[in-house]
Amino acid sequence: MQQAVAKKSMHAGEFGLVIFFGVTALLCLVVAAKTTEPAFAFHAALGVAGSLVAVFAIFNRYYERPAAEPQLEIDGKPNYNMGPVKFATIAAIFWGFAGMAVGLIIALQLAYPDLNFEPWLNFGRMRPLHTSAVIFAFGGNVLLATSFYVAQRTCRARLAGDLAPWFVVLGYQFFIVIAGTGYLLGITQSKEYAEPEWYADLWLTIVWVTYLLVFLGTLIRRKEPHIYVANWFYLAFIATVAVLHLGNGLALPVSVFSSKSYIAWGGVQDAMFQWWYGHNAVGFFLTAGFLAIMYYFIPKRAERPIYSYRLSIIHFWAVIFLYIWAGPHHLHYTALPDWAQTLGMTFSIMLWMPSWGGMINGLLTLSGAWDKLRTDPVLRMMVVSVAFYGMATFEGPMMSIKVVNSLSHYTDWTIGHVHSGALGWNAYVSFGAIYCLVPWLWGKRELYSLKLVNWHFWISTIGIVLYITAMWVSGILQGLMWRSYTALGYLEYSFIETVAAMHPFYVIRALGGLLFILGYTLMIYNIWMTIRMKEEPVNSAAFTPSFHPAE
Amino acid sequence: MTTQGQSDFDPVSGRTTTGHEWDGIRELNTPLPRWWLWTFYATILWSVAYWVAYPSWPLATSFAGGAFGWTSRGAVSAEIDALNERRASQGAGLASATFAAIARDPKLMSIALAQGRVAFADNCAPCHGAGGGGGVNFPNLADDDWLWGGTLEEIAATITNGVRVDGVKATRLSLMPAFGKDNLLNADEILAVANHVRSLAGLDTQKGANLALGAKTFGDACASCHGPGGKGNPMVGAPNLTDAIWLYGSEIPSIVATISNPRNGVMPAWGGRLDPVTIKSLALYVHSLGGGK
Repeated sequence: MQQAVAKKSMHAGEFGLVIFFGVTALLCLVVAAKTTEPAFAFHAALGVAGSLVAVFAIFNRYYERPAAEPQLEIDGKPNYNMGPVKFATIAAIFWGFAGMAVGLIIALQLAYPDLNFEPWLNFGRMRPLHTSAVIFAFGGNVLLATSFYVAQRTCRARLAGDLAPWFVVLGYQFFIVIAGTGYLLGITQSKEYAEPEWYADLWLTIVWVTYLLVFLGTLIRRKEPHIYVANWFYLAFIATVAVLHLGNGLALPVSVFSSKSYIAWGGVQDAMFQWWYGHNAVGFFLTAGFLAIMYYFIPKRAERPIYSYRLSIIHFWAVIFLYIWAGPHHLHYTALPDWAQTLGMTFSIMLWMPSWGGMINGLLTLSGAWDKLRTDPVLRMMVVSVAFYGMATFEGPMMSIKVVNSLSHYTDWTIGHVHSGALGWNAYVSFGAIYCLVPWLWGKRELYSLKLVNWHFWISTIGIVLYITAMWVSGILQGLMWRSYTALGYLEYSFIETVAAMHPFYVIRALGGLLFILGYTLMIYNIWMTIRMKEEPVNSAAFTPSFHPAE
Repeated sequence: MTTQGQSDFDPVSGRTTTGHEWDGIRELNTPLPRWWLWTFYATILWSVAYWVAYPSWPLATSFAGGAFGWTSRGAVSAEIDALNERRASQGAGLASATFAAIARDPKLMSIALAQGRVAFADNCAPCHGAGGGGGVNFPNLADDDWLWGGTLEEIAATITNGVRVDGVKATRLSLMPAFGKDNLLNADEILAVANHVRSLAGLDTQKGANLALGAKTFGDACASCHGPGGKGNPMVGAPNLTDAIWLYGSEIPSIVATISNPRNGVMPAWGGRLDPVTIKSLALYVHSLGGGK
């Protein structure tokens, strides 16, 4: 195969990227020099530095690499590209710790306001840092890693593109750094879960479209006649997030030398766009994307076939069609027209069963393998995650019902709901996937210690239970206090009295968060030791998982 | 391992697979769970019924209004009307009654205090403290020392019009001159008068303080508002300097700072934010905190 006479030359991708980064470095340099905002100049300088490092890395890689491009197959077996998968896995573990630590800090800030350090470390700046870090940095990297892994394995094809997958993974980390440092420096467009300003949004758009192309390119290359269900979910996640990001993020910068921009939408339309985005970030980022993880890792680890192919088709299309309408339930009893609120609520109700389709398919895939829950804490973690998914997707439609919402809205109940989904579902299924992936990627038979996984499971499960029960009690108490009237027709409690009543629950919540992080540090240690573990690599050339398909 | 496209029997579930396989993963040919399907249909039917009953789908220029004519605006208006009616029926006369009349009527009084308590906690407590205890820069409302008068009418007027609010005609307005900043007094005189002020309150003075100069300067510069004996004058918001209550601190540096560049604190005018009955209730509540005159 190797062409002995092949002359080494830069391929179009390398050449194009060098030009791209050269131009980017130049543009960022001009902006850094001309802007009057120190924080924006700092970001532009990061842009210059990042671009130059990219140019250097591309040249360096060019001189190191063989003349021929990597083969798609070696001896009839796919030549998988697992470098970007490994990188994203490690990045996920790193950002997860950062994001959860910030979460613990802001939980403590709510319980003990003296912990607000102005201006960089106050609650207002730290809170988006927490949400972005856990959702987009941790969750996003888990999705990048698993989607690149699963697409290759289930298509039996090498990842499309040579530099493109690296561009996606590294470019995404750069976006995270710009977004996170921006929050602390006070740069925000003040849209929940879409705080990064126009230039970070623009960069993310480039990265995300490349991600879509890499993923599509890999699917097109597939050696399997059909596309596996996990890949439908990944594709829905990638494509819809692109649309959401573009729709909600449309903004006009004050000037190219300013970090400030104004959103294209105004008033109630802006609110509607925001929650169309916000709700579907939950629907397509945190649900569709993570269902994709579930659809690969659970049957793989349980060594059982998916429970129902038909259910997977029906619930996939129903989720895709219904989710996109449900956003207005975030704007009940606001200036949003009644008809839009009604639609948001009813579509949320109709979404209940389609969401549960994923739970049924996840749980019942275990039939015939339930005994493994006793012995395999990794599988147990993933199965519990599906149970939490089922609970959160029942609670969500229930909270969207207007009478329930009139009690729950703006209270801690919402926070509890979000975290039963985020900790119980997203984080647990991610942990399960990471525990599976790391031995597969680094060619080990098993994890360093399943016992530690067991400890991780129990410590963080207690943490989740403390967290969500504290928030349920606190939220319902808060809602009831707000609406409580005396016999004379006056409010029974002032706002500040309701705040004071929250204090004990905020302390319990912080304790729950602490336990969750403690469990997480066990995972970091376990993963670290697994990677360092000395043993004969298991068929590392093809990255064959240690699990074999059920026969 | 199965060949692609050829379904296979799974002995555990007793079902066949679809015959597809990806990286070792196969799928069973299980039909949709009936309970799942029927519940899904039920939620759809319920939604359709809800659309008929309530405002739902957008049309060309309006929207389907729903069978019952329900609107959220109408619902909240009805709730507010009902609440107002309840308050009016129970507290009938609160709006028109004089303070003296309310004070004589325990039922009216209890209603006013109930309303005043929460209105105070939601609007006033951020500065004046939960119990009206105040703090540095924010007057204590639970004592009997009143900058602008402690009768019910005076308290209500202060709440309505605020203190030093631009654009409010009847606002409480007086400005203590900036004796230091505007060079009305020199540094020696300011230090002397600060010591004199402390002596008025029975506090010790600095060693070597020129109390004679202080007394003379007080007479010339301060007595017109604070009174010759420093007892203050609520007509112009001049505090009593002889008591133990110090809004901005009783230490020499604090007093010197106040004389040199007065604080002239402000309070919002609540007249445009709260309705007259609420303000009346607030005045009664504040008055009842312990120091009302």
